[in-house]
This record gives sequence, structure tokens and C-alpha cells, in this order.
Amino acid sequence: MSGRFLTDSPLPFCGGCGHGLVVRNTAKALERLGVSPLDVVLVTDIGCHGIIDGHFLTHTVHGLHGRAVALAAGIAAGLPETKTVLVYVGDGGAVIGLQHLVEAAHHNFDMTVIVHSNMLYGMTGGQPSGATPCGYRTPSCPAGKAEPGYDLCQRVHSAGAASARRVIGKGDFSDVIVEAMTTPGFAMVEVMEHCSSYGVKHNPERSLEAIVRDAELSMEPLRNPVTKPFRIESRGEALSLLAIDPIDRRFRAGLDRRISILLGGSAGEGVQVAAETFARAAIAAGLSATKKGIYPVTVGVGYSVAEIILSPEPILYAAAITPDLVALTSLDGFKYYQRVITEMRSGHILMDEELPGPVTNATVTRADIRRPAGKRGAALYALALLARQHRLFPTAALVEESARGRLAGKLDISHLLSQPDKEDA
Amino acid sequence: MRRPNRTPERAEHRCLIDGSRLIVESLARSGADVFVGYPITPANLIYAYGFKRVPVAIAAPDEITALQWMAGFSACGRIPITATSFPGFALMIESIGMAHMMELPMVVILAQRLGPATGSATAGAQGDLLLLHGMISGGYAVPVLCPADFTDCWELSSLAVHTAVRLRSPVVLLTSRETVMTQRDFDLGRLPDLTAAERVLYSGPDPYEPYTPEENLVPAFLPVGNDRHQVRLTASTHGRRGVHESVAAEALANTARLQGKVIANLPEFTKFELDEQDGSETIVVAWDVTALAARQAVARLRSRGRRVSLLVPKTLSPIPPIYTEVLARYARVVIAEENLTGQLRLILFGCAGRPGLVGVNAIGRMVSPGDIITAVKEQ
Repeated sequence: MSGRFLTDSPLPFCGGCGHGLVVRNTAKALERLGVSPLDVVLVTDIGCHGIIDGHFLTHTVHGLHGRAVALAAGIAAGLPETKTVLVYVGDGGAVIGLQHLVEAAHHNFDMTVIVHSNMLYGMTGGQPSGATPCGYRTPSCPAGKAEPGYDLCQRVHSAGAASARRVIGKGDFSDVIVEAMTTPGFAMVEVMEHCSSYGVKHNPERSLEAIVRDAELSMEPLRNPVTKPFRIESRGEALSLLAIDPIDRRFRAGLDRRISILLGGSAGEGVQVAAETFARAAIAAGLSATKKGIYPVTVGVGYSVAEIILSPEPILYAAAITPDLVALTSLDGFKYYQRVITEMRSGHILMDEELPGPVTNATVTRADIRRPAGKRGAALYALALLARQHRLFPTAALVEESARGRLAGKLDISHLLSQPDKEDA
Repeated sequence: MRRPNRTPERAEHRCLIDGSRLIVESLARSGADVFVGYPITPANLIYAYGFKRVPVAIAAPDEITALQWMAGFSACGRIPITATSFPGFALMIESIGMAHMMELPMVVILAQRLGPATGSATAGAQGDLLLLHGMISGGYAVPVLCPADFTDCWELSSLAVHTAVRLRSPVVLLTSRETVMTQRDFDLGRLPDLTAAERVLYSGPDPYEPYTPEENLVPAFLPVGNDRHQVRLTASTHGRRGVHESVAAEALANTARLQGKVIANLPEFTKFELDEQDGSETIVVAWDVTALAARQAVARLRSRGRRVSLLVPKTLSPIPPIYTEVLARYARVVIAEENLTGQLRLILFGCAGRPGLVGVNAIGRMVSPGDIITAVKEQ
């Protein structure tokens, strides 16, 4: 009789394999805990140990090689604390998923990981794992492993595991499993085994205890201060992402055709916000608008440029093949668009008077932009000048839109526009 | 179940907005309740919005962990979502295969960018469709929905959640840099209300079998850890009980059912736009952001007297049979997409192609209306 947690079927392991003992000690520990099988979720990895799931009467989840700890972390975080999450993993899977172990210990996911540490990959013919001790022989390394194995307990302990403990996989060690399962948060038990098919045969003169001792693997329990186990908690109803102020159509646009505008400036100078504000002002004037920002991944340095399209008709294709208008407020922006403006055959380029003279067939206007507007106001001011000069829409729309949103109270260019154009819709 | 969060206003509500915002809001209103994030360009806005809007948001240390955590949340009855781009998606694929085999609902947003490999993070592309058609060992279909515009971002994101729950399957929402990052003027007042996906849990009198299909070939769901029935989930070949059975007949039948359920329920998530013009012998086909260039190109061609039709496929896996039925009516088929090799072209017509088939392709820039017009005129 196998009790409440196991079926009556014989366990599927080789004679002498320690995995069967881990299973029986687990079932005994669960009996001692007094939980119901439906209070337990067993997550198994790939490896000989992982074929056990069909024998357990708990909930069972059988995943990918090395990933059982991460899969179980999601389950542990998603279930109430009344449930017990157990993970079975081999030493090979533990090393493949070492980051999952470290992360689970670090976050203090509420689970007990039992490592079936038989010092090799048993399912594929006995290759050494990252945890195989130095000198241990397997079919694929008959001279013995050259380097030491990972000390898995030390790894998870240093990551913050509430409890980590190694045991020799002989006899009754159910009390160690009980202790792990009753520890709040992340606990690991590494059960040292000697694979009866590959390990014993290639290391016939060495006992399991001697191998563990020679590898200087400590049996001392490792503990960290108990902290609250990690569980996902709902923040409740969040504010809708669509709870944004509407842009009322309250101005009249002068633009009667689709145009594209390039704005070239420097990181940290408000280029993207200026372009957004400009696009919003155009929308307030009844235009359709698109805006895309382009900048290096190091967002705090170098160029920051934006591409804006305006049209009295809905915009579908949102790219500027040939720009109609270009505003350049810094050397970074000038350099970024230098090739584009060289190739312009028509259109208008407005640039700060301190920038170098471009080679282009477009009309160029050099203006005093950065000095009066400051480096953070130059982009918005340059766009305002373009809006006014080309009668795209009233600059009052830009002044109003810059008084809202991200620029509110931070940037006011109205004094630079002495009399903002205003033409109500 | 959370009540749908109504749009603040139903009258005109113009704003400047990006597709990421619409996608996340739609997913949240449709029932997605856990966002698992690992940052990557161009999906960063989705990450930011996910942490603002989704009831639970958690940062994963890498993309493999992200998908494994999601599978765990899903097994507990949550509806998890994440967003990534190719480099991260490549790491997720084995775990998506696991979720497909375990039949765990979730939505993965794949924002395409220019490859190969790391490529250019801030450049757009449509380079991952072929991958999605072969990412499950055995070639099994995972539903893939692809918005062409902002209205689609709203409606297809919701459909992705509903499909994931209805089919007990991962669903990929395929998009690209332009859709998730470019800001456009948009009227929120046009958006229809959304409903949250309803989770129907197994309530039968018999012992629960996690892979016994219902009439629609989808098994009823129960979360692990429930107090009523044992739940067994496995990524190994399994029969109805959820235990590895190698190549037993019942297990193979269950494996075949995974494909069968997606095909059988395909009409429920088939979305496309078909704008046919009488007398037209040419049809333009475009997906994702290229569909916008195609709409513009088709309008311009028609304004010049050229007869041309347009197909915008939005369900991109499995391929609904209606696509090939429509295309068979045309002597010339022009397929425009932002990749070098013509991925949808290959999926629809294979290496052999067909007479009258033309690809319009670009990398590192969007396919333009002019590219499409030229291709139509040259035929």
C-alpha cells in the first residue's frame, strides 16, 4: 500500500537507484504534514526522476529540461499559501536551470525543490553534469571529471534561500523534507545519490559517502533569515490607459496637402516632446498627424530626431520619403540629417544660425533659435516658426498644447511669438 | 471575473496615441491579468504600459523564465501576457511549445524588428512570420493575429485573449515597430466596447481528465491546486489523463487533436479585410503595417482609373482557406511585405509560386505606396 500520495504501481526506477527512496521519503513527509493530495502540486523536470509524475496522486506538472523550477515559481506565486509546491529536478536540470534556482531563491518563491543529485545524466547514457564532483567517473569521462562541480546548496544559499540542505540519499530522510516544506519561502534539499546503472559501475571502489566527503560537500543546513514568500498580488482596478485628455478641434489649419517635417536636435533638449506637442497642435487644428522618434539606444547622448507628417486627410503610410520641411536646432541633428538635406531638391530648411551651412537645393533659412529659446526650447520654437511661416496651423494652437501635458509649467514660448497667430475653427 | 472597463467617452475623442497603449488596454479589458515583462526594443512601451495597467505585473530575469512563469500562472487559472521581439522570442519558443502541448492559455506579443540576429533594434521589419509557421516541432499551428492599424490593435488584442482562453492555447499577437511605437492621431470614440473572456471551469460529476476534449475539441479547464479534482499537465506525449504514454494510440490521437482544435475553431478567429473591385484582375496582399501603404496605393491606383483589389490578412496562422480561394480568382497577385524573402508569399504559394505572382519587398524601411504602385503597373 502506497498511502494517500502514491499509486499502487511499482516505481519505475532501476534496482538500487536512489530516486525511489526520494519518492518514498517525499510521500512519508507529506503524510506527516497531514495535507491532502489536492493541496500539493508536484512539478517535475526532465530526467529519470521526472517519469514519476504518473505515480503521484497530487496535482502533477511535467515540463521541460531545466525549467521545472521556473515553471513551479509561477505556480507557487499564483496559488494561496495553503498549497504546497514541490519540485523534482536532477543535478543536470539544476545546472541547466541554475538561474531559475538562483532567481527562485532570490524572490523567495514558496516552494520546496528536491534535487536528485546522482552526479550524472542518467537518461542519456551517463554524461557528467555541472554538479558532478571532480574525479567522478562516468561512461563519457572514464578518467574522471577534471573540474569540481557546483555546490548547489551554496549557490541558492548565497542567493537568499530560506533553507538549503544536503542529505545522503539513504534510509529515512523524510524529516529533512518535512522541515523544508514547512519553511516559509524557498527551500532546497539536495539528495546525494549514486546512479546504480552508470555511477556505481564506473566508481566501484568508492562509497557515496566517500565521494561526497572527498568533494567537500557540506551536510550542514544553510539558512537565511525568514522573509515573506513571494506571491503575486493584484493592484486592483488600474486607471485606463485611454484616460487621456481629448484634443478638441478648435483651430483652423492652413495646410491643404500632406507634408512631412523632420526635426533634428540633441538628446535631452526636448525634441521628442516638442514633436508630440506640435503634432497635438496640428490635431487641434483639425489635421491628421503622425510622429515617430529616432534616437540612439543611449538615449541621453547624441542625436534626437523626429519625423512628423501632417495632412488634411487621414494618414496611412507614415514615412517621409522626401521631406518638405526640416528644422535643425543642434549640430547632432544637423549631422544626422546631413545626407537627407543634401539630397533635397526642394522644400525649406530652417536652422539655427550657429550651425554650418548645408549643401542643398532646398531653401535655407538661418535664424536665431537656440539663443532666445534656450536649448530646451529650441525644438518647439523652431517648429512654431515653421508653422507660422508656412501657415500650417495657428501658433496659438502650439502655445495652448504646450501649456498641457508634459510641458505644462516647464516651457512657454509664447513670449517669443509676440503675437501668436490665432484663427478659431 | 473583472468587469470591462469602459472607455471614458463615446463621443469623438481625438488624441495622439501609439499602438502599444491600445494593445495593452485591450488585453487588460479582455481579461489578461498578469503581465510578465522582460524588456526589449521595440516592445518597451508595451512593457511600460503593462506595468501601469495589468492587475499583476512582474519583471522576469530573462525570456525563458518569463514564459515559464507565465505557464505557471496560466496553470493556476490566470491569463498571462508578455511582449518581446525576435531575440527574446527565440528564447521563448521551447516554452511556447510546452504551453501549446500543456494547453495553457496566454498571449505573447511579438513586435518585429530588423534582423538577422540582433539586427537593428529600432528599425521595423516583418521578418518573423515564417518562424511562427514552424516554431512548434511537427509544424502544429499556434493562432497568430496581426493588427494592420490601430483599430485592429484594439479588436485583435481582445480577440487574442478570447482565442487563447477558448482554445486553451498560446496565441501570438504579431506586430512591428511602426505599429507599437509611431504615434498617430486617433479617435478613441470609435472603439467598440470589449468583454472580458469568460473562464468556464470543469464542473462535471466524473473525475476530471485534463485532456478529454469537449465538442469543439478543446478540453475543459481546471487550475492546478484546485480542491476538487487532480490535474495533470505535461509537455510529453500524453493521453487524456495527462501522463506520458509515448506513442500509444490515445496519446497520438491527443497530439493530432492539438492541430485539429485550432483548425476546427479557425472560423472563430479568422479576421481579414477584403476590398474587391469589380473587373479587377490584380489583387494586392499586405499584412501588418504594410497594409497601410497598400491601402494608400490601392486608393491612388483607383483614382487613376486602375482596377485593383486588396486583401489584408490579419489571421496569419493557420492560414484561413478563404485567402487562397480569393487569390485564385485573380490573374495577378502582388504581395507586399517588409522582408527580403517574401514570407507570406512562401507560406501561401511555396517555392513553386504561381503565374502572375509578384513580391514587393524591402528591408530597413517600410514598403512604400510607390513600391506597390510600380509593381502593379509593371505587370
